[in-house]
Formats: sequence, C-alpha cells, structure tokens
Amino acid sequence: MPKIESVDHLTEYRRQIRAQRDPKQQQILVCSGPGCLPLGSTEVAGAFQEQMQEKGLQGKVILKSTGCHGLCAHGVRVLLRPQEIAYQKVTPEDVPEIVETTLIGGKVVERLVYQDPDSGQTAVHKSEIPFYQGQKPLVLRKLDEIDPESLDDYLVVGGYRTLRKVLFKMSPEEVIDAVERSGLRGRGGAGFLTGRKWRLCRQVPGEVKFVICNGDEGDPGAFMDRAVMEGDPHAIIEGMIVGGYAIGAHQGYIYVRHEYPLAVKRLTQAVAQAREFGLLGNNILRSGFDFDIKISQGSGAFVCGEETALIASIEGNIGEPMPRPPYPAQKGLFGMPTVINNVETWANVPEIINMGPEWFAALGTEKSKGTKVFSLVGAVNHTGLVEVPMGTTLRQIIFELGGGIPGGREFKAVQTGGPSGGCIPKQFLDLPVDYDSLQEVGSIMGSGGMIVMDTTSCMVDVARYFISFLFEESCGKCTPCREGLRQLLNILNDITSGEGKEEHITLMEEICTTMASASLCGLGQSAANPVLTTLKYFRAEYEAHIRDKKCPALVCRPLLTYTIDPEACTACLACVRECPVGAISGPKKEAQHIDQDICIKCGRCHDVCQFDAVKVE
Amino acid sequence: MMDVERLESILTQYEGYPQDLIPILQDIQDQYHYLPKDELKVVAQRLNVPLTKVYSVATFYKMFSLIPKGRHQLRVCLGTTCHLKGGQRLLESVSSHLGIEPGYTTADMQFSLETVGCLGSCAQAPVMMVDDKYYARMTIDKVSKVLKLYKE
Repeated sequence: MPKIESVDHLTEYRRQIRAQRDPKQQQILVCSGPGCLPLGSTEVAGAFQEQMQEKGLQGKVILKSTGCHGLCAHGVRVLLRPQEIAYQKVTPEDVPEIVETTLIGGKVVERLVYQDPDSGQTAVHKSEIPFYQGQKPLVLRKLDEIDPESLDDYLVVGGYRTLRKVLFKMSPEEVIDAVERSGLRGRGGAGFLTGRKWRLCRQVPGEVKFVICNGDEGDPGAFMDRAVMEGDPHAIIEGMIVGGYAIGAHQGYIYVRHEYPLAVKRLTQAVAQAREFGLLGNNILRSGFDFDIKISQGSGAFVCGEETALIASIEGNIGEPMPRPPYPAQKGLFGMPTVINNVETWANVPEIINMGPEWFAALGTEKSKGTKVFSLVGAVNHTGLVEVPMGTTLRQIIFELGGGIPGGREFKAVQTGGPSGGCIPKQFLDLPVDYDSLQEVGSIMGSGGMIVMDTTSCMVDVARYFISFLFEESCGKCTPCREGLRQLLNILNDITSGEGKEEHITLMEEICTTMASASLCGLGQSAANPVLTTLKYFRAEYEAHIRDKKCPALVCRPLLTYTIDPEACTACLACVRECPVGAISGPKKEAQHIDQDICIKCGRCHDVCQFDAVKVE
Repeated sequence: MMDVERLESILTQYEGYPQDLIPILQDIQDQYHYLPKDELKVVAQRLNVPLTKVYSVATFYKMFSLIPKGRHQLRVCLGTTCHLKGGQRLLESVSSHLGIEPGYTTADMQFSLETVGCLGSCAQAPVMMVDDKYYARMTIDKVSKVLKLYKE
C-alpha cells in the first residue's frame, strides 16, 4: 500500500484500483459474521479455495470472507455476485456442487436456496428473500460486499470520500451543523442527539480533547456492533476522524470488549492500515489536521458500557461510574472534554455527511431519524441482523422480516434494550419502533437487541435471569443498585422455586421505584425495567408461581415434575447415563423410572431423550 | 521463580504510564493464563501505582485471575438467548463432565470453566467457546464429544 500524500493522490489511487476491478467478475462472498463463523464459515471458504485450485478458476473468480450477511438462521451463507444468488446452510461438502453447477454450469443448486418456512416457496436471489425486502441497510450496507481486511475494498465502494469532503470543503461548525440537522441520535441506548453532544464538546474551551468509540457491546442478545466492527471497521474509523475534526480532538480511542477477539483483530489491523496509508497520523492528506486512534480492550465488565465507567477503564482504573454532570463532553477522559459515541453511531456519520443530512432525516419518524440495526434472535424463524427505518413496527420486524415464530407456536413477548429494557407483550405488536414509543411501553431502544419469546418462555424466569445478570455486573459502588438487585434476586429466586409470598409483588415494586430514582448510573436506574414490565404485562404468571406453585411455561425447575412414559421409553439408557444423581433406574431392556425423592429436576434426562419419553408437568 | 525476561518483554512495549496498567495485566493474563503475585509487584513499581490499586483492578474485571488457569479455556455463554435455549443446562452438563464448578480449573490443569455474559453469536444459541473456537447450537449430548477433542 502506498502512502497517500494528498487529496489528488487519494483520488488517483481510488481510480486505479477501480479500473483494475471488473464489476462483472464472478465473486464468491462467504459470510464470516458472528452467526456463520461458529457454523464453520472458515471451513467453507477453505473448501472453495481448494475447489478453485482444482478447477483452475484462480484469477477468474474472486473469493472473499466478508462480514455478516444478516440472515444468521440459515448460515453458512454464501452470496454469488454479480448474479446475487444467495445460498444458505452451506457446508464444505456442498462446495464442489456449487462450483460445478453454478460457477461452471451456470445453473442454480436448488436445494441450497431460501425456502419460506410456511409456504415452502423458494427464492434464489437475495432481493427476493422476504427477510431482506423490508430492510433499508445503511450501516450494514457494505457488510456482504467488502473484505473487512482490505482497505482497497473500502475505497472502491467510496470509503474515505467523506473524510476528503470534510477536511477540505467543510469547517468544523459545518460538520456539526450537518450532524445536528440529520437528527442522528446515539445508537448506544439513551438516544441523545449526536450533533448536540458534539457542539457542547466543541464549545468547551481546551486544547486537548478526545473522541471515543464505545464498542463494549455487553447487552446479551445484541451483536450488531460486533458485526460492524468485524465487517466494516474503516467506516468506524472514518466516522471518528470526522468527529475528531468537528470537535477539535486529535486522539481517538476505540474501546472493544475482549470477548470479541475478531473485532479487536480487525480494528487493530484497520487502524494500522489507515495509518500506513496516511489517513491517520499527522497532517492527514496535507490538510493540517492531525488525528490518531488507539485500541483499548475491555476486560470483562458489563458496567464499562456506561460512558463514565468506560472512561475510568481507559484511564487504567476499575470501571466504576461517576455522577453526571459534569458530562464527558465537559470533563471526560483524563479530565478533558470528550465525545463518546457507540459503534453504530460512528458508522452512520460518513454516510450522513456524504449523502447530506436531509437525506438521512427523511428516513424514520419525527423524533427518531434514520435507520436502526436490530439483532433479531430467540423464538423467531429468521434470526439475524436487520436494519430498518425507525418507526417500523414490531409486527413487521418479527413477522414479515423475521418470518414469525417457529413450530407454529404463539408469540408471547419481545424483549428489547438488553438487561435494562423491558418485555413488550402481544398487544403492542403494532408499535412503531423508535426511542420514544419504546419508552412509553416501559422498555428502551438500548443497543437494539430484540429477543423474541414464545409460550415456552416463563416471564418470571426471564425477569430473574436479567436481575441475576445485573446483580453479577453491578459494580457495587452505590447502595440502591447493589442492595436492590440483591433483594430482587432473592425474591425472584423464592418465587421461581415455589417459596413466593403474596406480599413479594408489592415489595418488588417498592424496591424498583427506589432503584430507579436513587441509583448512580444508567445500570441501576434502569435495572428494574425487566421486573416492572413483566409485573405490568404478565402479572398472572407471577400469581401462578406464588399462589398455585405452578410455572405455566414449564420452565422453573423446582415447580416441575419429571416422569418417564413407559410406552415411549426404549430403554436406551441415555437418561440414566446423563442423570447426575443416579435417580433413574429400571430393569434391563425395560422402561426406566425416575425416583422423585432423588431427582434434582435438572431436566437433563428430558434434553437427552431422543424418543420424547421424559414428560414434564 | 519469576521469569524476569518474560515479564520485561511485556513491560518494554509500554511507556510506563498508570493508564498502561490494564493492557499490561491483559498481556500477562494472555501469556501466563493468570496474574502471578510477584509479577504484579513489579508492575506496580514500574507504573508507580500502589499495589492495592493493581489488586483492585485485577479483582474487578472478570478477565483476570489470580490463580493459574488450565490449558484450555472453556466459556459457556449465558446471554439472554442462550439462557432461553438451555444455556444453564449446558453449563451444568459441562460442569459435571469436567467435575468442576464454573470459575474453577480441573486438577490436571487441562480445562478452566467460565461463564460469559454474551458471546455475540445469539442466532446460534446456545453457544460455547473452547479457546478461540465457537461451538454453535450446542446440545447436551454433544458435550462429551467436544470435550474429547481437547483431552490429552
């Protein structure tokens, strides 16, 4: 890679690499996103490599491992361009057939294309798959197109064009003005207006300022930031340089959680490339503007997603939040004015400047502009990442894009916003998803996790799960959060194990109110949301646990009884081997029996039984 | 005995500011699989931060361990989706196969078992990770097969 010395040089270099590329050339794009990677995308890509060599296709066909293709449920996904043929559930064994039939023979391998879960109708091309049809990808747009390890790929699709425009044609005020007019709000959770944050920070006097990218995506169930960091790292870097220019900062930090090793690797690599290429460092493109980025790794603390705790962590301290004000925009990293935005927010910036704020503001609702990426997971047919205009309804996302609930089961609730969010019941399926309407029903946008639950999920157990998660992750600095969570967890443990009392519900409500008003940071203030929303919308389920000592969804194990149906049992002894307490026994080659006095109700016999012989009540 | 050279090779990569504390501890954790006491004393001196602060950081973050970890790090995801899809039972099964509770290491120092808040592969829940390899859509009957791959 050459060192780019000037704007003209950048233009010339882009022109050169574009000229070398033929848009009609056959490309194989193997998804290596968070969903497909664990399903074996590396092996699939390896198999293509081998086949290409064998068939002499090297040089004729381009093979790329890309970021997330979105529809994780059907991984490993392979996209063939320019035909836009989308293959799914591809294994290394399928690769020779794809190469033979499609690449050489020009025909489609029918068994590997999308099939509708209800109608069975197939779709060969990406644009015909319902999952993609209602989407408006801005942040995810390049993910199935570029090799995230190639700066050239990013340049070919127009990358760093915005940087050039900003550094040479716009004043910092004009940049802030554009971001303000776009109406962009922070994608990390609270939804503060990004432009306003930048302006506040610019106005604070001071020579040294910082920008930070919050990549500490700790919300369980959310992986859009991981997908962007792994799949399009340069978009984040470009956004941060623009932000640094706007507020007058010369140093940026990207804080990534260590649980995302690939994101750490890709970002480190991308920063090094940008530096080598001359897009980071002193006097970028001879504009007189200096800016560089450091990568800072998290060490496994959920609370570090909170901005003041994150700053403390970069400074080398334990991740305890600080009271605000002063806000980081006034007094942040090392006591200096700091703008901190989340991954998705930064990744939106280049496109907003490039296409213009009016274009962005035309998308979405009155107060929530643009698009939002959601990770659609749980009890839904098409799990994956979706990006839709703000204001799209839950029903559209879950049933049209998501393809509804698997196994013909009924929708029960959708949990949004991570552990601080809430569970939204059926009656709000037509709710337009934006910052304000989610708040109205007791949940939050959060980072965009969307966990769909069907009738097999117990809402009391879900509340207990989140409280137990937050109890573990509370930093312990302030009493309402530390002790409130402990008490809530004790009560919920009691309720789910059949020890619940009538007065528990009122007591929980009181604790929740205190925590919300008296906790120091967002973690504690919103920690009560899972309890409050489930109490509000699923009170009958709490009552069944407390009064009848029953778990209607058959989840809370102490309230269940496991038995073996002698008719269905084949005496395979899988359950006998799995039982940790030796509660299952019986004569040889005959139906087995569970001794209820010994059984600890762990449910593992139920999980390993291939013949549905273990019954739960 | 402390391996001075090994520690120095980490320390020389940093300028020695107090904010280097966490990255240095991360490097030590990565290389040694835990934070040895003598090494921490040197780090404290070199960065000019009190040993109590090093200790508070080392015990606050989940990634760090003051006791030696095993050769293979096993992480069972307990994110929301994994929880709904049986992550807890997967954990119990792994735990009983290895004979250790989460947070502990097997006596032969082969495996350390941990839980993690979310690995970000929610679409393939429940998920677990052994070192850098993901295991998707795990079921209890696959546990012994997966563990066998890593047993000596």
